[in-house]
Amino acid sequence: MAEPAVAAGLGAARPRGSWVSAFARQRELSLVAIMVVLGALVSIAAPQFLTFSNITAVAVLASIYAIASVGEALVVITRNIDLSVEATIGVVAYCVASVLERHVFDAPAAIALGIGIGLVLGMANGVIVTLLRVPSIVATLGTLSIFRGLDYVIAGSHQVPLAGLPPGFTDPARTNLFGVLPVFVLVALGVVVLGTIILRSTRFGRQVYAVGSNPEAAAILGIPARLVEFAAFSVCGLLAGVAGVMWVMFFGTINGTAGTGIVLSIVAAVVVGGVSTLGGSGTIAGAALGALFLGFTANALPLVGLSQFWLQAIYGLVILVAVSVDAIILRRLQRATAERRAR
Amino acid sequence: MLARWETLLVLALIGLVALGASLSPFFLTAGNFSNLIAALMEVAIMAMPMTLIIVAGEIDLSVESMAGLSSAILGFLWAAGVPLTIGIPVVLVVGALGGLLNGLIVARGGLPSLVVTLGTLALFRGMALIVLGPRGVSDFPTAFTQLGFGHVPGTLIPWPFVIFISLALVLGIVLHRTWVGRQVFAIGKNAETARFSGVRVTRVRISLFVLSGMVASLAGVILTSRLSSARADAGSGMTLTVATVVLLGGVNIFGGSGTIPGVALAVLCVAVMQNALRLASVTVEVQSIALGLLLILSVVIPTFAHQARSAVDRVRGGRHPPADPVARGEAAPS
Amino acid sequence: MTMLPTAAPSTSPEPDGTTAVPPRIQLRGISKRFAATQALADVSLDLLQGEVHGLVGENGAGKSTLVKILAGVHQPDGGTIRLDGEETQIHGPAHSRSLGIAVVHQEPRLFPDLTVAENVFIGHAPTGRFGSIDWGGTRSRAEGLFRELGVQVDVGAPVRGLSMADQQLIEIAKSLSLEARVLILDEPTASLSAHEVDRLFTIVRRLRDRGVSILFVSHRLDEVFALCDRATVFRDGRHVVTMATGALTTADLVRHMVGRTVSLFPKVETPIGDVLLEVSGLARVGEFREVGFTVRAGEIVGFAGLVGAGRTEVARVLFGIDQRDGGEVRLHGQPVRFASPSAAMHAGIAYLPEDRHQEGLVGDFTIAQNVTLPILPRLFPRLLMRASAERRVAHEFTHQLNVRMTGVDQLVGALSGGNQQKVVLAKWLASRPRILILDEPTRGIDIGAKVEVHRIISELAASGLGIILISSDLPEVLAMSDRILVFHEGRITAEISHDQATQERVMFAATGNLAGDDPSPVPGVPSHEAGGPVDG
Repeated sequence: MAEPAVAAGLGAARPRGSWVSAFARQRELSLVAIMVVLGALVSIAAPQFLTFSNITAVAVLASIYAIASVGEALVVITRNIDLSVEATIGVVAYCVASVLERHVFDAPAAIALGIGIGLVLGMANGVIVTLLRVPSIVATLGTLSIFRGLDYVIAGSHQVPLAGLPPGFTDPARTNLFGVLPVFVLVALGVVVLGTIILRSTRFGRQVYAVGSNPEAAAILGIPARLVEFAAFSVCGLLAGVAGVMWVMFFGTINGTAGTGIVLSIVAAVVVGGVSTLGGSGTIAGAALGALFLGFTANALPLVGLSQFWLQAIYGLVILVAVSVDAIILRRLQRATAERRAR
Repeated sequence: MLARWETLLVLALIGLVALGASLSPFFLTAGNFSNLIAALMEVAIMAMPMTLIIVAGEIDLSVESMAGLSSAILGFLWAAGVPLTIGIPVVLVVGALGGLLNGLIVARGGLPSLVVTLGTLALFRGMALIVLGPRGVSDFPTAFTQLGFGHVPGTLIPWPFVIFISLALVLGIVLHRTWVGRQVFAIGKNAETARFSGVRVTRVRISLFVLSGMVASLAGVILTSRLSSARADAGSGMTLTVATVVLLGGVNIFGGSGTIPGVALAVLCVAVMQNALRLASVTVEVQSIALGLLLILSVVIPTFAHQARSAVDRVRGGRHPPADPVARGEAAPS
Repeated sequence: MTMLPTAAPSTSPEPDGTTAVPPRIQLRGISKRFAATQALADVSLDLLQGEVHGLVGENGAGKSTLVKILAGVHQPDGGTIRLDGEETQIHGPAHSRSLGIAVVHQEPRLFPDLTVAENVFIGHAPTGRFGSIDWGGTRSRAEGLFRELGVQVDVGAPVRGLSMADQQLIEIAKSLSLEARVLILDEPTASLSAHEVDRLFTIVRRLRDRGVSILFVSHRLDEVFALCDRATVFRDGRHVVTMATGALTTADLVRHMVGRTVSLFPKVETPIGDVLLEVSGLARVGEFREVGFTVRAGEIVGFAGLVGAGRTEVARVLFGIDQRDGGEVRLHGQPVRFASPSAAMHAGIAYLPEDRHQEGLVGDFTIAQNVTLPILPRLFPRLLMRASAERRVAHEFTHQLNVRMTGVDQLVGALSGGNQQKVVLAKWLASRPRILILDEPTRGIDIGAKVEVHRIISELAASGLGIILISSDLPEVLAMSDRILVFHEGRITAEISHDQATQERVMFAATGNLAGDDPSPVPGVPSHEAGGPVDG
């Protein structure tokens, strides 16, 4: 905090809100803290929760969600939403599995193909939103339906079995680097670190926030808002492609329904991670942590004696709580500003 | 503009019927009509309050889960020996309460309905799973399953169609003929002016969500009856179809315009399209491609039609008022 | 309409800086017309290097149009702009910025989610190797800028939650970082507290001493005297006078500003009836306090004062839009508190809001739909609407107000500003109120429609309504009101009766000078400066 200003003592007027708002403003830290506390509580009831094998198992699956959530977060920061990511993951997963099964491509080429398909589908979303001016909620609700349909058309009733994949293809999902760091977690960390650097330290990154934060002011500054949004959708698709490839490695057996229904978890991770659905604020690290948080929640449920059926309800509650907390903080901040003026 | 959109829908409907007839001689039979209608009635019923909600500038994504929760509770109660005469009213009350939850958070809390109802989309589905788990309850009495299966005696008109038409009539009158509907439009077009004009904006918004929740649970009851089975996953994915039908019916996603007749026509179009595709042995899953395309086109076409028209108007020397408010000053009489 | 600059000495050379150094900005014969409104007519102005130049005038005098032309938002219809002696055209906001012109608006246009430092350097952040943004450099340079300004700000904090005053400082820091030659402050003090104003002035003087040319747009005369070296007065889109502030008195300035005669509909003297509304000790945190007044039947009570003085805020509380924090409101002797506009409406209060487009009308509703919006439940107690009844009511009231339209089924958005305002009035008359609050009822409408609105207001008072008239148009308040309450910084500073009211008196009270004092004995050094400069 700054000291009182020389001239009139108002320059340092940062609201020194309660610990609640200070805590909540640092969403990444608070998520980590909540996870530690809840993890400790759960491990009292179920000691196996905090074992190395359990934690890595959770983190590996959560990495896939985290990568998709990072892309989603990027789109949400620009004041849009992408509901089609789960279908993109599904299409990519099936296509990758299928070309491998039929020996059309070798593994590296299949991976590149998968990521490429993701990118193309993301760009399609971007075109519909920015060029055809369809609101993103409608556009991606539509492409969710279209991409999923494509997935069915391509897959039919066929299922690629684990045996259909080249030997070793699914190993990355089960390999720990130096015996401790799962490859998937490393990939997710890489995406988060790279994404954070881009968002924090490049002109494009700051434009993403500017467009979402105040589109009018961004226009005055001459920021190409539509190009930025298009890029966000494209990157989101690309990351969904990465997640789709990882999906194949993780599950091994793939049919046309891969990824059905997971968009809810992805959006939940983004919201829980502190990315405002009104755009302009939040970090991709937060979104990734949100995915990790939801992953641990899913894992902890059976350990504390709740059936998996509670998961959806808890996700729903978590979304409602997260957005309510954001709204309350915002309102407090505004009231604090008004009251400071009154003095 | 709206009249034009509805005309377009009528033409599309005629075209689709002709297409269907050319695909299969079976298409134009009464039995087929009865089938094609019955398959879409839950969606059609939920689309009615959704129309009002979107006109008012909000959205309710939670309807499909509310239908599932309704089905689950109904099954749970029936399995526990509670008669349906009590079970159905209970379920409708639960629907109203769920809608109230949505409405309170959105209208009083001032949160975006998109995220809030995304949250309750998960919450209600989760509650359905908690209530019923993975099992299905299917030993419902024939009198109940007749509601979804059966026809009005002596005709081939399915009962759900009767419910849909009644709901469309009532909500059509409410939206287009009563001042409540006028207030809904005013809120969707300019909520601030509406509030300054004494419209109880919060109350109207909450009421709309309550209505939506209640009708969604009614749709859950009908679905349970039609499938003769109560399941927690009932209605999965229906929100997409509901939203598609509403937007295809010419309702503006940003609120302020739309008609019930338009949405009713869109229901028929989608029903006929799905039926025709089925007769052409296109699988249900693949039909979702057509549905998604329709959804996007229903927004793209009016946007570009509007742009084209204003471009034409500009060329003709435009009678549109200038956009700059300052420029609207009237000619000085002096 | 093309007249020679009447009393404009601006083209004549100024005593200092005539030959050697050209003015930083030299405007000659600038005109700008919006449809029927001549916003600027043949205006000339010199902004010298290292001066603080005050630009004053009433609402609609053309100040903001000039600012927008310099900011590149509008293009002038005619005239020349010279920047440091070189003729220039300003193509757009970005071009204006690149020419070294920075504008600080009353409400800054920042990115609330980005940090202070980022907002300062958005678009021109220092970059390190690989073209990445150098955050350390950005932060330290932002800190340096604020140090130059003499304030300490947490540059790493997000802008959301900062006060308007702090946000303005960010805009000023931004202009410093761009090495702006010209800084335009557009009504910067409207929402600032006295302390914040002092701090702003200290900074502006520092910038001036560094050679920055500052155009200070305000209608607070005390501030103009406290800060500016020279001042220019605009009136009705024309240049009136430019003089050194030392050679001017407040009284002179006021006379130049208000020396306008408008043919108004003469006020009809109406017998004043019983007290309808009694307000005492009304307060709302951060907006106004100790507001007390009465309104009687047949009476027009004028609320005068500067924008942001608390007039609209009082009206919003009376109409149930905002809630009061203290005080009492009595209607017909009964204490009341309205939780919503609809409650206030039912009690017989109507409020014609300041912002016609955002709060007054539904643009793509028809005239009839707009007029009946507040009275729908009363008009159609059985829920079902009848188009005939709706059109009849709409016709009755729009006809009474002489709205020029093709019919009540015309979309209201297609009407002219004056006729739109009459539709808003019709809408509120249809609700048959006892008390009518009019907030800037003639803003943005032409003179003909204005006279008609004045006639209507007069007739309404004559019919026994109690009317509160909020207006920044001084001649209007003076002509229309039985009594004038002058607001200054959230309080009523003067109550002046119709026959004692002069433009000078009202303007004095509105700018925080003592109520009722005759303007002439006020010394040339205004109270603000006399209070002691705060800069050390």
